Amino acid sequence: MKIRNIINKIKPRFWDEAIHQDQPGLFNYRRIWKLTVFCVSFVAITPLMVLSFMDYNLSRKTLQAEASFPIMRLVSNTTLNVGTFLEEKTALLRFIVQNNNYHDLIRPGHLEKLLSDINSSFGGFADLGVIDSRGIQISYTGPFDFQGKDYSMQEWFNEVVEKNLYVSEVFRGYRDEPHFVIAFKEYLPGENWFILRATIDTEEFNRLLQSLNVRPSTDVFLVNKNGILQTPSAFHGDVLERVKIDLPGPDVKSSDLEPADSNNFKNLLGCVSRESSILEINDSKDSKKFLGCALINNSPFIFMVIKSQRELMENWWKMRMELIGFMLISVTSILLVILSAATYLVSRIHDADIKRASALHKIEHTNKMASIGRLAAGVAHEINNPLAIINEKAGLLKDLFGYSEKYSKDEKLNSIADSIIHSVERCSAITRRLLGFAKHVDVEWKKVRIDNVVRDVLGFLDKEAQYRELEVNLEIDGENPELISDQGQLEQVFLNIINNAFAAVDDKGRIDVKISTYPEHVQVRIADNGCGIAPENLKKIFEPFFTTKGEQGTGLGLSITYGLVKKLGGDLSVESEPGKGSVFTVCLSRKFNPKGTVSLDCHK
Amino acid sequence: MKILLVDDEIELVSAMSERLGLRGIEADFATNAIQALQMAGEKKYDLAVLDVKMPGISGLDLWKLLKEQYPEMKFIFLTGHTSQDDFKAGTKTGHNYLLKPISFDALLERINQSISGSPEREG
Repeated sequence: MKIRNIINKIKPRFWDEAIHQDQPGLFNYRRIWKLTVFCVSFVAITPLMVLSFMDYNLSRKTLQAEASFPIMRLVSNTTLNVGTFLEEKTALLRFIVQNNNYHDLIRPGHLEKLLSDINSSFGGFADLGVIDSRGIQISYTGPFDFQGKDYSMQEWFNEVVEKNLYVSEVFRGYRDEPHFVIAFKEYLPGENWFILRATIDTEEFNRLLQSLNVRPSTDVFLVNKNGILQTPSAFHGDVLERVKIDLPGPDVKSSDLEPADSNNFKNLLGCVSRESSILEINDSKDSKKFLGCALINNSPFIFMVIKSQRELMENWWKMRMELIGFMLISVTSILLVILSAATYLVSRIHDADIKRASALHKIEHTNKMASIGRLAAGVAHEINNPLAIINEKAGLLKDLFGYSEKYSKDEKLNSIADSIIHSVERCSAITRRLLGFAKHVDVEWKKVRIDNVVRDVLGFLDKEAQYRELEVNLEIDGENPELISDQGQLEQVFLNIINNAFAAVDDKGRIDVKISTYPEHVQVRIADNGCGIAPENLKKIFEPFFTTKGEQGTGLGLSITYGLVKKLGGDLSVESEPGKGSVFTVCLSRKFNPKGTVSLDCHK
Repeated sequence: MKILLVDDEIELVSAMSERLGLRGIEADFATNAIQALQMAGEKKYDLAVLDVKMPGISGLDLWKLLKEQYPEMKFIFLTGHTSQDDFKAGTKTGHNYLLKPISFDALLERINQSISGSPEREG
């Protein structure tokens, strides 16, 4: 109910107005309003939305690129570092081989010394071994006794024979410690060759990755091409476990992949290239993350960095909120401005149109009254001449009877002549009244007796009152209700109001007219016991084009009457109770004031 | 007392003159201004009753001519029209003014007033 009250309060006047199809110059203002609001809103808001959308996308792309750039840099730097690390180890092995001949290497104790030397200088080497072309480890130094072990049937052996260099994946081996192996093939004079094999602790890798100093929420680790973790990760599984990453794409999880599908893993991730690549993944906690990865040169290792999007995109989200907020505020204020401007303008147009239409109708009405006046004057004049003849002839007849001895006593003849003369008098009273009304079309300020004006008007309506058996009472309170005014316009005023009273009452109804004279003003109260006026119509009753008579009324009678009373320096008010009747009170100032600036208090 | 009645309606003026005659007042009538002027030249009239609106020379014009020639003459005007012009003309002439159809008693009263020299309003 409250909302409805508010809506009713802010609703413009034209909103509930009927469509004035019969009134030229009046339009469907609600439609104009709707059209204006729609067109202006469309033109104003569409470009804003399009620009905002473009800006949104552009900003998103830019910020995303900016966010992914550090990851790319981290990936390529680390890849380079790990690659360099491996190359360094390889170069060290190559240096050992080139600086020590085969016989020195297999000499007992020499390898041991070498291992302790390089560990003291570089560190990270767990053992060293020399394997001959048959695959037999002929010299070994390290924590186990692998002397004489045959590697010829192992896969890595074949690979190093083929490629001269082999870097193994991380494995636990006998020591149950994650480590990996670098093997290097060196040719001896002649066709013969041997292999230097070194085991390296993954601690080195771990240190290398730890030295990156990434944020705690960021995870960096190495995996092999099958998705097995080579270094421990913070959130995605321990070393030598399968990495727990939900891959983007249709419902494929890395953990679902069978070893046979391992190719899929690297292909899906796109990490088989040495170029660093970046993609979005879903975390197990359903938050989005960036995954950057690249293949490390000459190794089975893939470096991966997983960074939460939240950190990177925080700025973007903040900006997005600002952008959306700004747009919402803009759209709201644009709509508010458009709505209020359209309402204001359409209301003004509506009011101006109503004023113009009512002015046009008033002019039309005045013209009509003037035409009727001229017509009535013409008719009255034309009738007056024959009436005068009838009058004189009847008078002559009466005279002749009166002067003749034969007829002077004839009552019947005398009464016939009298009745002719009396009828002529009645006719002449009618024509005089007609002429009186016609005469007052032009405004003329002079002394007017209100009781005479009201009597004239009632005289006009006398016949109707008789036919309908209406009881019309005229009461005059106080003496000499005289004031300076325009008689014609007063006649129009009272004719309109009394006519309305006649229309309101049923047959045998009652109309009371009371004229009260006060020192300052004259009050005419016209009360009827007719149908009355509904309260919601009461306040609109003096508005132009308001009518309850439907097709029969123009809705102008009372508005013109009201205008006339105001022009004559008076006031018109109405009280009504539905079913009981209405009271119209005309109050006229007794002070001559053609400009109508006298303020009246009718309740004095 | 001699009265000249001038109106274009012969039926009206003839009946009026006869009724006045019955009351011992000598009343002649004319139906236009020319005839009226001729008659006024032939006989001395004390009073003229003129219709304001007549074809040709109007009652007001005739009044001006008669007043010039016979300053002693009194006038009563009749009119079937009550428009502003007639009203102003009527008051300007400063003479009695009756609306058609006239009441014969009122006419007699005005005639008596005029002849007995009751004060006339000066326009």
